[in-house]
Amino acid sequence: MTLAKDYDSVMGRSNDIMKKALGLDYEEFESGSIAFDYEKLMKSTGYTLDEVTKIQSRTGVGNTPLLELRNLTALARKYAKPGFGARIFAKDEAANASGSFKDRRAACAVAHAKKLGYKGVIAATSGNYGAAVASQAAMQGLECVIVQECFDSRGVGQPEIIEKARKCEALGAEVVQLTVGPELFYSFLSILEDRGYFNASLYSPFGIAGVETLGYEIAIQCREVLGKDPDMIVCTNAGGGMITGTARGLIKAGAKDTQLVAASINLTGLHMASDKQFNMKSCTTGHTGFGVPYATDPDHSDVPRSAARPLRYMDRYVTVSQGEVMYMTEALANLEGIERGPAGNTSLAAAFSLAQDLPEDAILVVSETEYTGAGKHVQPQLDFARDNGVEVRFGDPKEEVPGVSVVLPKDPSFFKYVEADIQHFRKSLIKKACKGHDLKNISDADIEFLVQETKTDTEFVKNVIASL
Amino acid sequence: MVKKGEWVRIHSTVLEAAERTAKLPEDTQACPLEMWTKGFLEADAEIGDEVTIKTASNRLEKGTLIEVNPYWPHSYGKFIPELVQIDKQLRDIMGGGER
Repeated sequence: MTLAKDYDSVMGRSNDIMKKALGLDYEEFESGSIAFDYEKLMKSTGYTLDEVTKIQSRTGVGNTPLLELRNLTALARKYAKPGFGARIFAKDEAANASGSFKDRRAACAVAHAKKLGYKGVIAATSGNYGAAVASQAAMQGLECVIVQECFDSRGVGQPEIIEKARKCEALGAEVVQLTVGPELFYSFLSILEDRGYFNASLYSPFGIAGVETLGYEIAIQCREVLGKDPDMIVCTNAGGGMITGTARGLIKAGAKDTQLVAASINLTGLHMASDKQFNMKSCTTGHTGFGVPYATDPDHSDVPRSAARPLRYMDRYVTVSQGEVMYMTEALANLEGIERGPAGNTSLAAAFSLAQDLPEDAILVVSETEYTGAGKHVQPQLDFARDNGVEVRFGDPKEEVPGVSVVLPKDPSFFKYVEADIQHFRKSLIKKACKGHDLKNISDADIEFLVQETKTDTEFVKNVIASL
Repeated sequence: MVKKGEWVRIHSTVLEAAERTAKLPEDTQACPLEMWTKGFLEADAEIGDEVTIKTASNRLEKGTLIEVNPYWPHSYGKFIPELVQIDKQLRDIMGGGER
């Protein structure tokens, strides 16, 4: 019998399709109330850190260089108080097989799909993860489909997204391109059902276990080269996988005192699902449009429970502007001689000003760089902004209005991160988690779960619940 | 005439505007959800015909034939004068401007 393929029918079979496509039954981790067993979910991969490292090293992933950005450090010190200006390092994740840290996630997911006997893999992504999955699928001999939100209703796409489509195709994947809208999930599910592929979701435990090696490597490299753990790591934050995996890797390495800072580009005011605003943003990832909703409601992803739970791990959340990131991309190329794409430079732009708050002997690591090239480079992105009527000029980045202007810092003294209200995000997570539950019957286990989810304490969680 | 076996790009409408079900901003709600993909043409056809293709992942997909030997038109973008200003500024600050 042929299954009905209309929207409601396919969406109605969502749970069954997902179960078959992950080889994982999420009900095993559920308690029936708010709490679920996150650590058990993570253990369900069945791979140790050591085994993940081996899987990755077979396909040119991991063991990337830790580069000291001496000139950017020197530049930052020109604007810091005497004795301040931490040493800035970048984990050069562009050195991975397909050019970003996403290879770590894809290597793990694709290897697992192959082990379980799936013929192919599928991922819904406009970003580097598509290239990573395509690259790993090619290396490990699986078929691959990447489903992409790509164009507005005029058929116009961001150069950054088109570049990633090009790269996925170059690596042998089929790229399915769609116009703006969350119903992308329907097309994704429909193909998944037809082909019986593995869902190489960014948010599966395999995807997150893959990033643990990144945090582990940073700790080990800092100890080897500098004789101590990093004082601060800055992670670009979108879906939260980078900070979650990095933090878990640091914990496995025993690095307990490293402060973890999430950084996103402030795109407040631009609606992620708006056809018109889709092309008014000049950075397609690493921005608050993903960063905030995923942090405060991690399970609104493409799997029943997301393994990326960033608020469990982040100590601070800061934002920067598009103009700062564009300027920093140019500065990295000019002063350090490495041309890298925008996402990692989000955390670098934040790090440049965060370093000025730290003493000179402090070690600050930017957790990633990513490849760049036609489309992903700062020039086509700014050109695209101008073409779409966005003003590009020098000034104070604080004057930037997302969708209206990109304000490049007048000079490096104008770099200044903005502290986001992490307590507000924590409250928001608790509120969303409690939705639909009887507030009078919240168990101690639920409270403890929410303490873990928000990296807070019992009193904080109880106070928030009492205020609901 | 486009021959069977040629590499082509097709277009289709996944959901008409009226069929869209997700909570969407008004501008998106007014547009259909459209899809493009590429593959080998299964039978001779003309541009504009409804065709079937076999994709890179060996899927059969139907849609309107829109392009033969499709290519990516994106580039490095037009010149952005601000970028050389940034370069100059940084070199001046770091003492490498006048040598």
